[in-house]
Amino acid sequence: MNVQAWTFVMVAASFAVYIGIALWTRARNTSDFYVAGSSVHPVVNGMATAADWMSAASFISMAGLISFMGYDGSVYLMGWTGGYVLLALLLAPYLRKFGKYTVPDFVGDRYYSQTARLVAVVCAIFVSFTYVAGQMRGVGIVFSRFLDVDINIGVLIGMGIVFFYSVLGGMKGITYTQVAQYCLLIFAYLVPAIFISMAITDHIVPQIGFGSKVVDGSGKYLLERLDGLNQALGFSAYTSGAKGTLDVFFITAALMVGTAGLPHVIVRFYTVPKVAAARISAGWALVFIALLYTTAPSVAAFARTNLLDTVTDAPYSEVPKWFKNWESTGLIKFEDKNGDGRIQYTGPASEIDNELFIDRDIMVLANPEIANLPAWVIGLVAAGGLAAALSTAAGLLLVISSAIAHDLVKRGLNRNISERKELITARIAAGVSVCIAGYFGINPPGFVAQVVAFAFGLAAASFFPAIILGIFSRRMNKEGAISGMIVGITFTAAYIIYFKFMRPELNNADHWWWGISPEGIGTLGMLLNFVTAWFVSAFTPAPPSRIVEMVDSIRIPRGAGKAHELSA
Amino acid sequence: MPHNQKHKDYWRKNLQYLAILLSIWFLVSFGFGILFVDELNKIRIGGFGFGFWFAQQGSIYVFVALIFIYVWLMNRLDRTFDVHEKEEKQK
Repeated sequence: MNVQAWTFVMVAASFAVYIGIALWTRARNTSDFYVAGSSVHPVVNGMATAADWMSAASFISMAGLISFMGYDGSVYLMGWTGGYVLLALLLAPYLRKFGKYTVPDFVGDRYYSQTARLVAVVCAIFVSFTYVAGQMRGVGIVFSRFLDVDINIGVLIGMGIVFFYSVLGGMKGITYTQVAQYCLLIFAYLVPAIFISMAITDHIVPQIGFGSKVVDGSGKYLLERLDGLNQALGFSAYTSGAKGTLDVFFITAALMVGTAGLPHVIVRFYTVPKVAAARISAGWALVFIALLYTTAPSVAAFARTNLLDTVTDAPYSEVPKWFKNWESTGLIKFEDKNGDGRIQYTGPASEIDNELFIDRDIMVLANPEIANLPAWVIGLVAAGGLAAALSTAAGLLLVISSAIAHDLVKRGLNRNISERKELITARIAAGVSVCIAGYFGINPPGFVAQVVAFAFGLAAASFFPAIILGIFSRRMNKEGAISGMIVGITFTAAYIIYFKFMRPELNNADHWWWGISPEGIGTLGMLLNFVTAWFVSAFTPAPPSRIVEMVDSIRIPRGAGKAHELSA
Repeated sequence: MPHNQKHKDYWRKNLQYLAILLSIWFLVSFGFGILFVDELNKIRIGGFGFGFWFAQQGSIYVFVALIFIYVWLMNRLDRTFDVHEKEEKQK
């Protein structure tokens, strides 16, 4: 069978499994729909959280980014895993004890304010839509490259599948589908990594192969060789990177804190039965995530080596088939500037003009082809990429639909809505969200990549301090929290909008404040939020005693029931 | 739930654990992986500079370990202070 046939088989089989699971786990009430009845086993929840978290960005883009950024790519590796430590130690157990359905629920109740709830709802919806748009683009790329269908049809198929299992099954359906998706995506990620590690370094464990000697007889370590290749072509050395230390620091912090503040991740910890289960569940989630995240830098280094070995000074007429395949999707472009018929791929420090453009997103998908792996592996990677994109999209759609049906309608506009009507509203909201997400997939706004920084910065500068202060400070009041959130968001948004949209020509280290890029500014926004909140709360009345009692109660594990609706 | 001395002590102990664990969290990522990366890179382990290894591998392993240590500490603490969750009957 050829690549396309294998891809078709793998993708069709995985989709059939998702549909099967959806039919098996239908949601019967709002508790099932929002938090899977709070009855999910911690290991299962950890796996689902991992799939929820690892999106098309983790599976498809991250290793590619690292292979082009080298050491600088560490910001993603540390940033997107270190956040789980914050989540497990500072948020998950307390939010579980609090025992509601959504993040705006906590913000609204803890700060006894509809305004605070509304701010949280708007942030949750904005952050989630930003993400969904990115997932749908991933789905489109996989379909157009591997199944030779139109990108739009690919997006429509993806939408149909997500629609089916999220609208029908809610959180319950999504959770069990995500478990299947995790298994598929991690298998699809590890298989080619192991194959390539064996080929280049003769080590079966990519994490070790990454630090081993290459088997080409030169006796050099892989990373040594890569540093040499990079520098010879005018790029900065692979293991040292080009960003400033302070910028790396701030970006890592913004990604960590942003991770801990993302509503679709936080909400997963409402689905387990107990506080102790919420703690351990974050641990399992990170184990499953770490499996991919420690493999990714190895994949990045192998891919970079293979790529440079293949294209450097290669005659264009003799390039391998994968090169032509990706060229036809427009994600590889070659322009023979000096007319010698060979590919000159060079970095900023080289005197020779660079003639090759390679989209970083293709590295993981093209990797098996570059390394000449069998056709079934390529099909597997395609199915894995789809699993990663769909699992995240589904989790995000649930956040959007619960923010609308629960926080906006049930807790805001129409408090007397019945359970049955709320469930219908949630399903309609999920359906509408799928369609909007699909629209963005078919007509991707040019700024998708740019607003991702926005999403993390916003989560870091808004939710995180409000939630932390809500748990760790008994004195924090609504005035402090709301003004903190507003200052944090406004500052972060203004900085990003200025450099990304208003004056993109100034977007470089010379103009940034203290060399902090827009990607890292959320950290500063978060600090401002904390300072403002403390300051304002010191001069405004203390929160009512029932709120102080609530804070005392969430600090003690005993007495956590199922996630429930307070009758008050 | 009355805010009594026992709960205060429990909370103080919890904050101590957090302070220790988060210091390690900060040290391995921001410390070893970013601020001291160049100094540590002078130490080589196989093909890795030590700082580079922490930035792309080591910090992640430590993160995982930290969470499991936290879970173990807290479960023990919950029992010591008798605030752990009893086996709940199904509603």
